[in-house]
Amino acid sequence: MTEQPKASPDAHGRFGAFGGRFVPETLMPALFELELAHADAMQDQAFRQELDGLLCDFAGRPTPLYEAPRLAADLGGPRVWLKREDLLHTGAHKINNTIGQALLARRMGKHRVIAETGAGQHGVATATVAARFGLDCTVYMGEEDIQRQRLNVFRMRLLGAEVVPVSSGSRTLKDATNEAIRHWVTNVETTFYILGSVVGPHPYPAMVRDFQSVIGREVREQLAAKGEAPPSLLIACVGGGSNAMGLFADWLDDDVEMIGVEAAGYGLDSGEHAASLCQGQVGVLHGARSYLLQTDDGQVKLAHSISAGLDYPGVGPQHAQLRDSGRVHYTAVTDAEAVEALQLLSGREGIIPALESAHAIAELYKRARAGELPGDARIVVCLSGRGDKDVEAMADYLRNHPNEDIGARP
Amino acid sequence: MTMKQKKDAPSRLAPAFLNGMCVGRPLVIPFVTAGFPDKWSTPDVVEAMCVAGADMVEIGIPFSDPLADGPTIQHASEVALEGGMTVAGVLEIVESVRMRDDTRDLPIVLMGYFNPLLAYGLESFLDDAKAAGVDGLIIPDVPPEEGREYRAACVERDLSATFLVAPNAPDERIRIVDQFSTHFSYCVTVTGVTGARNEVQVRTLEFLRRMRSLALKPFVVGFGIKEAAHVLELGPHADGVVVGSALIDALSQGKEPATVAAELIAPLRAAAERIASSRE
Repeated sequence: MTEQPKASPDAHGRFGAFGGRFVPETLMPALFELELAHADAMQDQAFRQELDGLLCDFAGRPTPLYEAPRLAADLGGPRVWLKREDLLHTGAHKINNTIGQALLARRMGKHRVIAETGAGQHGVATATVAARFGLDCTVYMGEEDIQRQRLNVFRMRLLGAEVVPVSSGSRTLKDATNEAIRHWVTNVETTFYILGSVVGPHPYPAMVRDFQSVIGREVREQLAAKGEAPPSLLIACVGGGSNAMGLFADWLDDDVEMIGVEAAGYGLDSGEHAASLCQGQVGVLHGARSYLLQTDDGQVKLAHSISAGLDYPGVGPQHAQLRDSGRVHYTAVTDAEAVEALQLLSGREGIIPALESAHAIAELYKRARAGELPGDARIVVCLSGRGDKDVEAMADYLRNHPNEDIGARP
Repeated sequence: MTMKQKKDAPSRLAPAFLNGMCVGRPLVIPFVTAGFPDKWSTPDVVEAMCVAGADMVEIGIPFSDPLADGPTIQHASEVALEGGMTVAGVLEIVESVRMRDDTRDLPIVLMGYFNPLLAYGLESFLDDAKAAGVDGLIIPDVPPEEGREYRAACVERDLSATFLVAPNAPDERIRIVDQFSTHFSYCVTVTGVTGARNEVQVRTLEFLRRMRSLALKPFVVGFGIKEAAHVLELGPHADGVVVGSALIDALSQGKEPATVAAELIAPLRAAAERIASSRE
């Protein structure tokens, strides 16, 4: 392991060579304002109390740290705990962050919030807190994702949010983010942009990480409360990387291995995947310098993953730093492997994970099958979301790949 | 190409702004996306603009994710990329523009997002841009905080580095941008993305007056400017007016560059001249 990276970005929002604020000038005053407001809020006891109260009573924290015995048996005998972010209100970890940002929006006197969404989980979590706080809410979503995630679109509308279809470019999360940023540039003085992952210009990567870091802190407390030793391995899926940063952040200084699992789509060699840390080059997208899927000419490539939440050609800048320093190991699993893992976890533990989270489970199976998972491993998996939203996509996939339907096994 | 520019060739920008100030009118600056509507026509478009009275031209380097652009320039970028335009292709366009008699001395700045330039290699890009005859750069997603190295690399090559500033900027921010821009700054008329608009906001004029009182260097104004009335209104408060989306709109209707230039650029130039004569 090389030099330990600092957990926090520097004054310019840089994580080593990554991060920063590569945005149109119009946004700079807003980013400075946000940075100050966030720092100020986190010093304010009343703000923290309100945040903790909402995380507990509205979102449903703490989430269980569930030990999964049948999954463990499948994996050849390590101990495996699932951090059940899927049990949170709205069905994923995203609400940890949207509650925090909505409280900030209110504190800053902004009555309108906007968000980008891929799978729709962040959109739903934003629409939810907007309803809770009486804020106007607009969510930008790619047309292709709207097709893939109709249920979440309907949920957002039920919650009173306007869902704006984005038809430019890839018609997925990347272009939804472009459109949200353009809208923010235009309405910067009245609008708060609730960004959903540890991406974007400073202070978002650090702020979203801080709001999500409750995941890893709870894991520490819960293991201790159970009288368990610390884990030997933390594993989470990585699209933009918010649930992974949320799990990892509190453990960066501990002696624990960490794995971030990207989406290999049709395979890393196929060119159709979303594995920016495994296969990308350093570049600038959506306000930050990080790893990026791009052509030789610096045009951003379309990502592919069966999981709409991982279908993004960039990744958070702190992950880029953790990759280069070697502190976290990044790997990738294919659509097929994730689909299989989704079915396996459903059948073994009675838990239908989101396709995103199934990527982390799939990596464990892969390692176990390759004999790379020590029998005495103590593994914590971030089960970032529940799979209800993916049922339709799964049905489609299995219709087209009947051989991969393993069925629920006893 | 044989007509490589000398590395120490002086920038054409300072004389252009000086001339504008002497005659008392804003420079007329069309923006065109390289490779729109196709790969071959851009030099003709630039030449036509110049002949119709453009004082300087901004050539846009197309990018897959143009955050600061509205639908018109997004579309132009998509078309250009689909047509095979590359960063190297943009530099070839500039070389070919420099071969033509009418545009040999036309100030040319490139406007593009940071990532394609990083992918090319920033230092090599600036070397090649200088050699091709580029006078300067505008990178809308690089604010001063991120632009130190890039700015220094431009200064080293006597290329201009222009930073943008918006109406929501506090006075202190305006000073920073003015200081950071090497030759001129770029004021955006509104908090927003590029695209033709119908009216000039009162706030824009207040912003430009504030800019004038604080800035030591020249500045141009752009975003939303499409007709002579806009030039007459904004032009007296700036050293240059940029027209982009309106031009792209006209080109996408399939009109000849010369026609577009005559219909769009000539009236803007005439409006700029009127500002000069009203000051005499």
